[in-house]
Amino acid sequence: MSNAQIEIQLIAALVAIACAIPGSFLVLRKMAMISDAISHSILPGIVIGFFITQDLNSPVLILLAALTGIITVVLVEYIQNTGLVKEDTAIGLVFPTLFSIGVILIAKNANDVHLDVDAILLGELAFAPFDRLLISRVDVGPKSLWIIGCILIITITLLIAFFKELKVSTFDAGLAASLGFSPTLIHYGLMSISSITSVGAFDAVGAILVVALMIAPAASAYLITNNLKRMLVYAISFGVFSAIAGYWLAHALDASISGSITTMLGLVFLSVYLFAPNKGVIAVLYREKQQRTEVLLLTFLLHLKNHTEETERHVNHLNEHINWGKVRSKTILDLALKNNMIQFNKNIVALTEKGDAFTTQAIDYIITNEDGQIEDMKDDFFLFRG
Amino acid sequence: MNIKEYIELLFTDYTLRTITLGTAILGAVTGMLGSFAVLRKQSLLGDAISHAALPGIAIAFLLTGTKDSNVLLIGALVSGLVGTFWIRGIIKKTHLKSDTALGLILSLFFGFGMLLLTFIQKQPNANQAGLDKYLFGQAATLLERDVWLMTIVSGACLVVLLLFWKEFKILLFDSDYTKTLGFNTKIIDILITSFIVLAIVLGLQTVGVVLMSAMLLAPAAAARQWTNKLGVMVFLAALFGAFSGVFGTAISATQNNLSTGPVIVIIAGVFVLFSFVFSPNRGLLFKQIRFIKNRRDLQLHKTLTFMYHIADTHDNVSHPHTVKILNNFQGYTKGTLQKLVKRNLVELDGNMWSLTEEGYKTASNLYNQQNKTDE
Repeated sequence: MSNAQIEIQLIAALVAIACAIPGSFLVLRKMAMISDAISHSILPGIVIGFFITQDLNSPVLILLAALTGIITVVLVEYIQNTGLVKEDTAIGLVFPTLFSIGVILIAKNANDVHLDVDAILLGELAFAPFDRLLISRVDVGPKSLWIIGCILIITITLLIAFFKELKVSTFDAGLAASLGFSPTLIHYGLMSISSITSVGAFDAVGAILVVALMIAPAASAYLITNNLKRMLVYAISFGVFSAIAGYWLAHALDASISGSITTMLGLVFLSVYLFAPNKGVIAVLYREKQQRTEVLLLTFLLHLKNHTEETERHVNHLNEHINWGKVRSKTILDLALKNNMIQFNKNIVALTEKGDAFTTQAIDYIITNEDGQIEDMKDDFFLFRG
Repeated sequence: MNIKEYIELLFTDYTLRTITLGTAILGAVTGMLGSFAVLRKQSLLGDAISHAALPGIAIAFLLTGTKDSNVLLIGALVSGLVGTFWIRGIIKKTHLKSDTALGLILSLFFGFGMLLLTFIQKQPNANQAGLDKYLFGQAATLLERDVWLMTIVSGACLVVLLLFWKEFKILLFDSDYTKTLGFNTKIIDILITSFIVLAIVLGLQTVGVVLMSAMLLAPAAAARQWTNKLGVMVFLAALFGAFSGVFGTAISATQNNLSTGPVIVIIAGVFVLFSFVFSPNRGLLFKQIRFIKNRRDLQLHKTLTFMYHIADTHDNVSHPHTVKILNNFQGYTKGTLQKLVKRNLVELDGNMWSLTEEGYKTASNLYNQQNKTDE
């Protein structure tokens, strides 16, 4: 690995961490699309900042662009508060318009601005190591590395300092307000950090990757855990993993680095989405199937309890009358037998004592529909578990 | 170039005519379908779909090697639909919320598309240049047959919309009721979503992936302000969309270095701003005017009530008092006093005022009403 390669991976990893932290809160606060809006609408801020400073890496430009991001949030909220349109429409109206203004500003001043719209959307991480920061003529590393490093330090400091406030206001804004933290202040603080991170990461990885790095790791982490601290840790690890793996994918394919980092994020999310324990799609489908079987079993037991006539309790009756297929009837019967709920007597099915007690309890639950009724059952029987 | 010359050019110049027609039709059809997206609170779905279409374009090119816009658009359509249904899957199967699902699909698909595009660029295939026009759109590349395609799709949209108007409308406003009536809501839902995807894909070539969502939303959001009727709203949205297309093309054609897509979006944004401010019922301006009027009315009534209380302490209702005692009262201004005089509720004589018979009656009624509402 050459020096430049290490630096690129370092920048990518730092950007991933810096994005994952505000991203987790955005996902939890159901404001993920705001990050998309911010990352687009900082474009005019960057262009105007560039006219003033003539330097893409100047801190003034970053602040100006971040200000545009906050203006976006304020505008969206203002439009939403007028009640003329819904929140999502407000977002969808504000950012394309601001982005268009940015594109037009670039196009009109194409000769003076060394800005390329493609580069802004995608960034060019590969060139980041060549723009170096010189302090009294000593090369101290790439500028992007310093910028994102500073932003990351600020973010982490704020996260540690205001972790409790952030947590409370995210999950219960009313409680936060009554405890004396201002949810509005925290809201705008989070928005400011998101804006600044977007701008800082922008130049390195582009607008779209910023969105991907904010949302995808956080969403993947949210599928695995319900614990905020763990979620942050998982999100950061997913981000860093994708950043580094993405770099090598791009290296192998000779394609855009930000594109391949996003693709890696996509793969990470896809696998979590499919395989996450409890909340992954496969787990959900499996659980749904299990619950279906359990409900069928319950129906069957209730049927047995209701009917004393032998014809109604004959095995073949299952196929004919309740309209179950052969396989299904067999599964249910086996399941019931295994749990000692029923007994056979020449193809006539009868409830055992255990089965009878269970069914009575189940009826109680169905009639009263109170959770308290099934609390004990959860331990006794396989039914209703998880 | 003045307007007359431009209009002449519009009818003689092939490119300009094609582009203008194309953007107008595009604006109309997106406006029409956008109304449904906005009312269904799926505004950002358009944004996600348009981004999600990008890998489809790249894969279609990788598979076929042609740059035929129809083939690429089919690719875009397929990946747009895949994105849409994945979004639904995420919302339905996991506890992630719709905004997260939208943002995820949007950024992940787009990033994957960019990976493919940059990968294609490195391929030794001379044909590959110009795929990136789908990012921001290039109305200038519209051909007559593209416009025909748009016209056909818009026609189909219109026919389906008219055929299923009742179903769409009822699904929009009360989906549970629709279900109880026995309509298959799933199919209606898929139908309308597919048409939205189709409209978005059609616009990619003209406006591009990034700005397409605004084309969908802006005309509809503007139209929403002028009416509460779905039919009128759809019609207005189509009209606004078409005008944004025509004006946007005109402005970008007469200026140097202005790409059409962003200009159309800004024009549409201006329509929205105008509607937000000036629409008679919901507009901010008239709302403010109504607000001020109400406040003035209230002040007038407050002054009158205050006067009534003073007058009430005297046997003679019309007993004159000095204006001075009103001075410290917040509802009182010279204007309100004049207005009261004009309405014949108060008589003014130099520095003295007195309630008229009518004024006393009005005030006492006012007082009663206030009491009633207090209880």
